[in-house]
Amino acid sequence: MSPNAYVLLGAVLFGIGAAGLLIRRSPLVMFMCIELMLNAVNVTFVAFSKMLNDVGGQVVVFFVLVVAAAEVVVGLGIIVAVMRRRSGISADDLSLMKG
Amino acid sequence: MFATLLQATGAGDKLVTPEVPWSHLAPQLILVVGATVGVIAAAALRGRLRRSVGAVGAAVVAGAAIVSIIPLWHRVSNPAQGPISAVNGAIGVDRFSLFVTALLCAAVILASFTAEAYLQREGLDGPEFSLLLLLAAAGGSVMAGANDLIVMFIGIEVLSLAVYVLAAMHARRISSQESGLKYFLLGGFASAFLLYGIALTYGATGTTSLLRVQSFLAERVLTDDGLLLGGLALMLVGFAFKVGAVPFHMWTPDVYQGAPSPVTGFMAAAVKTAAFAGMLRVFVVGFASYADLWRPVVGALAIASLVVGAVMSVVQTNVKRMLAYSSIAHAGFVLLGVDAASAEGTAASLFYLAAYTAMALGTFAVVTVVGGSGDGAHTLDAYRGLGRRRPGLALAMSLFLLAQAGTPVTIGFLAKLGVIRAAIDADQWALAIVAMLTAVISTFMYLRIVVAMYFAESESESDDRGELRIPWGVGVTIGVAVIATLVLGVVPGPLEHLSDDALPVLVAVDGR
Amino acid sequence: MSSASDFLREYLTVLILGGVGAALVGLLLGASHLLRPARRQPGKSLTYESGVDPVGTGWTQSQIRYYVFALLFVMFDVEAVFIFPWATRLEAYGGFGLVEMGIFVFILLLGLVYAWRKGVLKWV
Repeated sequence: MSPNAYVLLGAVLFGIGAAGLLIRRSPLVMFMCIELMLNAVNVTFVAFSKMLNDVGGQVVVFFVLVVAAAEVVVGLGIIVAVMRRRSGISADDLSLMKG
Repeated sequence: MFATLLQATGAGDKLVTPEVPWSHLAPQLILVVGATVGVIAAAALRGRLRRSVGAVGAAVVAGAAIVSIIPLWHRVSNPAQGPISAVNGAIGVDRFSLFVTALLCAAVILASFTAEAYLQREGLDGPEFSLLLLLAAAGGSVMAGANDLIVMFIGIEVLSLAVYVLAAMHARRISSQESGLKYFLLGGFASAFLLYGIALTYGATGTTSLLRVQSFLAERVLTDDGLLLGGLALMLVGFAFKVGAVPFHMWTPDVYQGAPSPVTGFMAAAVKTAAFAGMLRVFVVGFASYADLWRPVVGALAIASLVVGAVMSVVQTNVKRMLAYSSIAHAGFVLLGVDAASAEGTAASLFYLAAYTAMALGTFAVVTVVGGSGDGAHTLDAYRGLGRRRPGLALAMSLFLLAQAGTPVTIGFLAKLGVIRAAIDADQWALAIVAMLTAVISTFMYLRIVVAMYFAESESESDDRGELRIPWGVGVTIGVAVIATLVLGVVPGPLEHLSDDALPVLVAVDGR
Repeated sequence: MSSASDFLREYLTVLILGGVGAALVGLLLGASHLLRPARRQPGKSLTYESGVDPVGTGWTQSQIRYYVFALLFVMFDVEAVFIFPWATRLEAYGGFGLVEMGIFVFILLLGLVYAWRKGVLKWV
């Protein structure tokens, strides 16, 4: 497969993640969608790195991986803290604040 | 055996390791090391520290960072030496990044004093609160100096992750945790967009270094620049989310309302400042040659933010939400300066951000006090009769609100004047006129709060809300903010001088 | 010969090995099924949980206290991604690399110390 196909794959995965975040209402699933988007970016970076014959893009992936892990830790911490107060939460229940 | 393994992989040849000029990174290092040492000290002396130690410690560290900026500023201003590009050109130390760093440190100092009083009142423990402020400032400072898009991303994440936690910090208020969750989900969404934009830019130009992107674009005309335009658009979306510009502002009112009041002030002041610093660096400098393409989009964002921010703020009944929408309108004003894409516009944006930092932190310090125990009294009703109950507090609040509205003799007026002048010089008459009109609409909202404080009688007959206490921490913040708002409003010379000098530049050489 | 068919050939070995393995297991289990006597008892069809009687269904939620460990593991596990490339070119980086990695690991250790002092590592 040519690297072009992987760039396309990255775009599709990113689109699925973005759409999922907007459609799904469970914080956990929305959160997984963010992770999917970040990993779609990783695929794109590696594909471009292959196309450009430049190792820089692959180094970037390491940093993105670590940042994504840090987001997991902080995000899950917050989600668990909210879920402890209310079980079976969905994003629609997050409505204490309205304009 | 190890040696043979190394030979097999072709290693063994010396790599050129980057020179790290530690002294030039002093402000960031002081912030990070201070926060790390503080975290360990807090964990080791669990519960044996007084609450105020955290706030004072954070203020001392941030103050030390500001002091360390002064020699660097002189070093960088010296024409013989000029700006520095450190760590293989990943981080730039120029007057722009130093100015923003100083601004962020000042925001940390004021916010941590407000937070001290807040934590005391709410019975929350934790020097962690102040230490997270320090980490957030370090992230913002890295953003302001980033000469590489990936460094920019790491900076934005360090800043955001710290602020997500801060927003959710009030463990017993469900709305604080909801606000943290919302901010986290939408912030993560925005980061992903920004990162995808960086990936597309990398694909189009073959580098993530802003300097090399700049020279790449200067040297050739791209026949097919679809990839680059996509990257630019996605990065713009990411930044627009972070600064809270319409139509990417949906999270702002909810998050501002739910987050602990001192954190809201910090978000409005510091997070906006850092995000705009990143935006100015990437777009006005890095993609200067594409200015004709991104300027109309930024202009549209500015108009939308100005109009929506002003109109929506008028119909709110919750003061924190009003201020959230007003912060969107302020973002619109700063976007005027970005849209000008000129040295003058950048200087005006920086001046505006400095002014807004003082006004926002002061305003939210008052909101923290009025919010009362539980941080819940934020309706307009809570402000009724404040002029009678606490005249001093009401006077300070009126000053901050009038300054935000752009009343002459305050710093807010000069800030608005600066960005509007920059827009006119860039021939953006439509933008300037919209900005002036929406400023009038916003004034109505600010006056609503002032009128409630002075001319409306408290509806609940007696003042059984009890005496509002003004702890020393909040007093310090309000005092400093009042002085900054008034004194710099009358004598803006020094600050204007600094912000005029603080232009972002990209340099290649490793200055040492 | 294209590299793609080389690639497939290597997988063919895996496939053959897998087939032989499956046949061997099937043969042994089939033989024992034919030879052994079969007496059904309810106790025998219970889920095996190391000799402890299983409690509840398979869909019971696991305790939330596990999650902090999981989070800490994720964090430290991912940070290792920076150590591997460094380790492969250890000599090339020289003293500078050693010092930098020392600082990096030290900062990670501080995180662990913080978690320990906060009592996160205690089994509740």
